[in-house]
Amino acid sequence: MIANIGFGVLTVSFLTTLYSVFAAIYGERTKNPASVESARRAMLLTWPLLTITAGILIYLLVNDHYEVQFVYEVTSRSMPTYLKITAWWGGQSGSLLFWSWLMSVFTSLVTFRKWDRDREFLPWVIVVSGITMAFFLGMNLFFENPFAQLYQTFEGIGPHTFQPANSVLFTPADGQGLNPLLRHPGMVIHPPMLYLGFVSFVIPYAFAIAALITGRTDDRWIRLTRRWTLWAWLFLSFGLVLGGRWAYDVLGWGGYWGWDPVEIAAFMPWLTGTAFLHSVMIQEKRGMLKHWNMLLIILTYDLVIFGTFLTRSGVLSSVHSFAQSAIGPLFFVFIAATLITSVALIIYRWKDLKSETQMTSLLSREALFLLNNLLFMSILVVCFWGVIYPLISELFTGEKVTVGPPFYERATSPLFASLLFLMGVAPLSAWGHSTVKTLGRAMWKPIIGAVIITALVFATYTQKVTALIGFFIIALTILVTVYEYWRGAAARQRSQGENIFTAFWNLTGRNRRRYGGYIIHISMMLMAIGILGIEMFQKETQGTLAAGESLMIDGYEVRYREIASWDNPPAGVNYTRSVVDIYRDGAYLGQLNPRIDYYFDSQQTMTIPGNRSTLKDDLYILLVNWEPATATGATFKIYVNPLVNWLWFGSLLFLVGIVIAAWPEKETEPAAVRVRARAQQPSAAD
Amino acid sequence: MTDSTTVAPRRGVPLWAQIIVWAFLVALLVIVAMGLNRAQQGTVQPGHVIEEFRLPLFSGYEIDGKSEITLEELRGKVVVINFWASWCKPCEQEAAELQQAWEEYEPTGQVVFLGVDYVDTEPEARVYLRKFGITFPNGPDLATRISQYFRIKGVPETYFVDQEGVLQYVQVGPFTSIDQIRAQIDPLLK
Amino acid sequence: MQFHRMIYLVLLMLVLMGLPVSPVSAQGPGPTDDEVNRIAKQLYCPVCESTPLDVCPTEACRQWRDLIRLQLAEGKSEEEIKQYFVTQYGARVLAEPPNRLVSYLVPAVAILLGVLLLARGFQMWMKPAAVEAEPEEVAPVDPYVARLEEELKKQK
Repeated sequence: MIANIGFGVLTVSFLTTLYSVFAAIYGERTKNPASVESARRAMLLTWPLLTITAGILIYLLVNDHYEVQFVYEVTSRSMPTYLKITAWWGGQSGSLLFWSWLMSVFTSLVTFRKWDRDREFLPWVIVVSGITMAFFLGMNLFFENPFAQLYQTFEGIGPHTFQPANSVLFTPADGQGLNPLLRHPGMVIHPPMLYLGFVSFVIPYAFAIAALITGRTDDRWIRLTRRWTLWAWLFLSFGLVLGGRWAYDVLGWGGYWGWDPVEIAAFMPWLTGTAFLHSVMIQEKRGMLKHWNMLLIILTYDLVIFGTFLTRSGVLSSVHSFAQSAIGPLFFVFIAATLITSVALIIYRWKDLKSETQMTSLLSREALFLLNNLLFMSILVVCFWGVIYPLISELFTGEKVTVGPPFYERATSPLFASLLFLMGVAPLSAWGHSTVKTLGRAMWKPIIGAVIITALVFATYTQKVTALIGFFIIALTILVTVYEYWRGAAARQRSQGENIFTAFWNLTGRNRRRYGGYIIHISMMLMAIGILGIEMFQKETQGTLAAGESLMIDGYEVRYREIASWDNPPAGVNYTRSVVDIYRDGAYLGQLNPRIDYYFDSQQTMTIPGNRSTLKDDLYILLVNWEPATATGATFKIYVNPLVNWLWFGSLLFLVGIVIAAWPEKETEPAAVRVRARAQQPSAAD
Repeated sequence: MTDSTTVAPRRGVPLWAQIIVWAFLVALLVIVAMGLNRAQQGTVQPGHVIEEFRLPLFSGYEIDGKSEITLEELRGKVVVINFWASWCKPCEQEAAELQQAWEEYEPTGQVVFLGVDYVDTEPEARVYLRKFGITFPNGPDLATRISQYFRIKGVPETYFVDQEGVLQYVQVGPFTSIDQIRAQIDPLLK
Repeated sequence: MQFHRMIYLVLLMLVLMGLPVSPVSAQGPGPTDDEVNRIAKQLYCPVCESTPLDVCPTEACRQWRDLIRLQLAEGKSEEEIKQYFVTQYGARVLAEPPNRLVSYLVPAVAILLGVLLLARGFQMWMKPAAVEAEPEEVAPVDPYVARLEEELKKQK
C-alpha cells in the first residue's frame, strides 16, 4: 500500500517535470511570461514531491518491508538503521531515484534564488535540467521501479508494479542484505559525494546550453555558475578521494586506485571539470576561449552521463558495476541525443563566440592555462582510449584484452609530471604579459631551494632518477606556491601594518579563488608525494606462518600470535581475526588485527587489513588464508606503503582549499568586465 | 585599437571541420552502440547454425585416438556441449547426471558429449574429472574462444546441437535430473 | 599443455594429504609466495575482471596462483609462464594489450593533434608583433591565414 503511494508520487513527479519542461519551452516560444512562471513553479514542486517519494522509500527500507523488491535486495534484518537508510543508493533503482532527488534539489535552488536576475537564462536552464531529471525519473518509472512489490502468481514469484490478477503479496522473512563492501563508512558517503559532484555539474551545463540557445554568448553564464562549478568539483574530488580511501581500507589490494574502468569513468569528468575550472578564468579575465569552455562543459556533462552509463549498462564488468539491466540502451540514446544537440548548438553559435582579445605572450598565464588544458585533455584521451580499447579490440578482432595499470601509469605519468610542473610555474606568470626574464626573476629562489631538497632526498632516501625528478618538481611547486603566498602576505603586512597571520588571513579573504587555488595546489603536491611513495617504493611479501613465526619486511618484523573465529549472530557476520605483533629493530610497536569477515546474508567475504600508519610509511597486513582444520597456520600478505599518508593529509588540505575557494561571497563584478559585457550585448543579440 | 580586437572575422565552422567532428562523433557512438549491443545479447540462440570450432582434448579423454576434435567431424550426431570449471560449485551438482547420461547414450553412437573446461587449471580440472568419474571427451577452452563464440554468461551452461549442426536448446545453470537431459536429446534422435 | 606426470602426482598427493596446496616460504625450497606473486601481479583472471591475480580472492584465481607455483617449480621462466597463460586463456590475462603499437600510438597521435591545434590557436591569437617570440611554430601554410595576418597588419 505504502509502496503504491510511493509509486504514485513518483509518477506525479515525473509528470510535473515533463510539464515544467514543456511549459518553459512554450512560454519562451510564445513570449508568455505566465507560462514560464508556471514552469518555474512546477520545477519548484518537484523537490517536495521527490522528497516525499524518497521519504517513502526510506520508510520502507527502515521498516523491513521485504515485499518490496528493492528493500529485499539491499537490506536485511541484521543491518543497523543507518545502513538501511544508506542502502537507498546501494542498488540500481534506489540510486537512480537518489540522482533525481539531488537534481530536483539543485534545480529548485537555482530557480528559487536568482530568478529575477537571470530571467533570460533560467527558462532554458529549467528545460535542460528538467529533461535530464525526466530521463532519470522515467527510467525509475518504466524500468527500474524501486517500489515494485513481490507477488506470488501461478508462474512464480516476481516483482510487479501493480498487483497482477490472481496473485498474493509475497513477503520474504528476511532480505538479502547490502553488499558488505558497501557497508564501510567510506562507502556510505563515497557514492553520494560522487553523485553530488555528478549532478551539480549539470547546472553549469544547463546554463551553458541556455546561453547557446538564447545567444547571450558573453561570460555571464560562467559568472553565474562559477561557484556551482567549484562545489561540483569539490564533491566530485572528495568522492574520488573517499573512493580511494575505501578501496584502501576494504578491498584488500594494498592500494587505493586500480585503474578500474569504473574508477576511470568517474575520473574522466573530473579531468574535464578541472580543465574547465582553469579555462573559464581565461574567459573571465581575457574574454578568450569561449568555444573551448562550452565544449569542456558539454564534455563534462556527457562524461558524467557516460560514467553512469558504464557502471549500469553491463558494457564493462568491474567491482563497481551494478547488475546488468535494460536501461543501457536508454542511457545510450540519451547520451547520443544530448551530445549531438549540444555539438550542433555550438556549431550553430560558433561565430557568435568570438574571442575579445589576443594572446600576447607564450609565457603569459593564459598561455600556460592553455597548456594545462592540453595536458588534462591528453590524460582524458589516454583514459578514454584505455576504457574503449578492449571494446574495439573485441568487436574488430574478436580478442578480449585487458588495459590495466601498466598502460595508464606509463602513458599518464609524464603528463601528470608536466602538470605538476606547470602548477609550479603558472602562479608566477602574469595575465597578458610575461617573459622568460620576469619568470626567471620570480623563480630562481624556489629553484635553488628545490635543488637543495632534491639533493637531500638523494642523500637520505632514494637514488632513483624518476623519483628524484618527481621530488624535484614537487619541491619546486610547493616552494613557488608558498613563496608567492608569503610574498603577498608580506606585502600586505608592510602596506597595511598587519601582523603576518592577519595578513595571511586577509589576503586569502580578499581573493579566495586565487589563494584557495594555491592551497589546492599545495595539497595536490602533498598527494603527489603519497602517490610517488606508494607507486615507486611499495614493498610486499607473503608467507604462511605458524604461531610464533615471523615475516620480515623493510625492517619490520611481523610475528603471528594467534587467530580466532566467531559468529556474531545479531550482525549476521562471522569474524576471523588474527593477532600479529609488530617489531622494529627489536622494539615492540604494537599489535595489528587483520581479519576476514564473512557475511551470512549475502554470502560474501571481506578482507579487512590491519594497518599501522605513520608519516613515513604504512604497514598494511592482509589475512589471506588460514587453515580452519588445524588452526595452526595463517597466510599473511604484507605491504609497506611508503609516504601514502601524505595522500590522505593532502586530501584534507585539499578540502580546506576548495571550501575557501568556493565559499559564497558577495558577487562583485569588476568594472572592466561590466563594460565588456555591455559592449558585447548588441552583437550577442543579433 | 578596438577594431583590432577581433582576431578572426566572424565565421562559422568550416564544412570540412564539421564533417570531421560529426564523423568522429558518429564513429564513437557506433562503437559504444556495438559494445552495448554485445553486452545486451544473451547466449547464442537456438536455431543458429553453430560454426566450426576445434577443441583440444585432455590426455586420457581422446576420442578415437585423436587429441583434438572439431565440430565438423561430428555432423550426423547430436552434440551436447557442456561448459564447466573445477572451481564452479553448481557444476558439481550436475556432473554425475551428465556422466550417467553419457553412459546411456554412448552405446547408440548417435550422441557425443563434449566437456569444455572454461578458464580452468589443468591439475584441478583433472582432479575434478576423476572425482566424478567423467569419461566423455573433455578439453580446455583455449583462449576462451569457444565460450566467447557461444557468449556464455557463466558456468555451467549446456548447448544441444542437432545432427545438422543447428543449436536446438540452451540450458543455463545446472541440470537437476537426468530426465532434463534426456528430454532434450531424445526428440533430436527421432 | 601437458604436465610432467611426476609433478601432477606430487600435486595430487598434496591434495590427498589435505595440506594447503600452497607450500610455505619457510617450509621448503619450493617457490616462495613472493615469487608467485611477482608473476601473478602481472596477470588478470577473466573470472574476476580488473582485479590483478595476486590479490583476487576467488577460488579460480587461487588455482591460477598454484599453477604458477607449479610451473616455477618446474623451472619455467617468467616469460614462459606468461606465455602459457596467454595460450591457455587468451591475451586478456595480460595487464596490457599485447599489441603495444596500437595501444600507445592512438592516444599519442590524438595528443599530437591536440598540440598542433593548440599551436595553431596560439598562432591565430598572437599579435603579429609577437610572432617572433615563438620560433618553433610552423609558418602558416593556409593562404587564408596569411591573408588574414596581412589584413590585421594593415589595420594597425
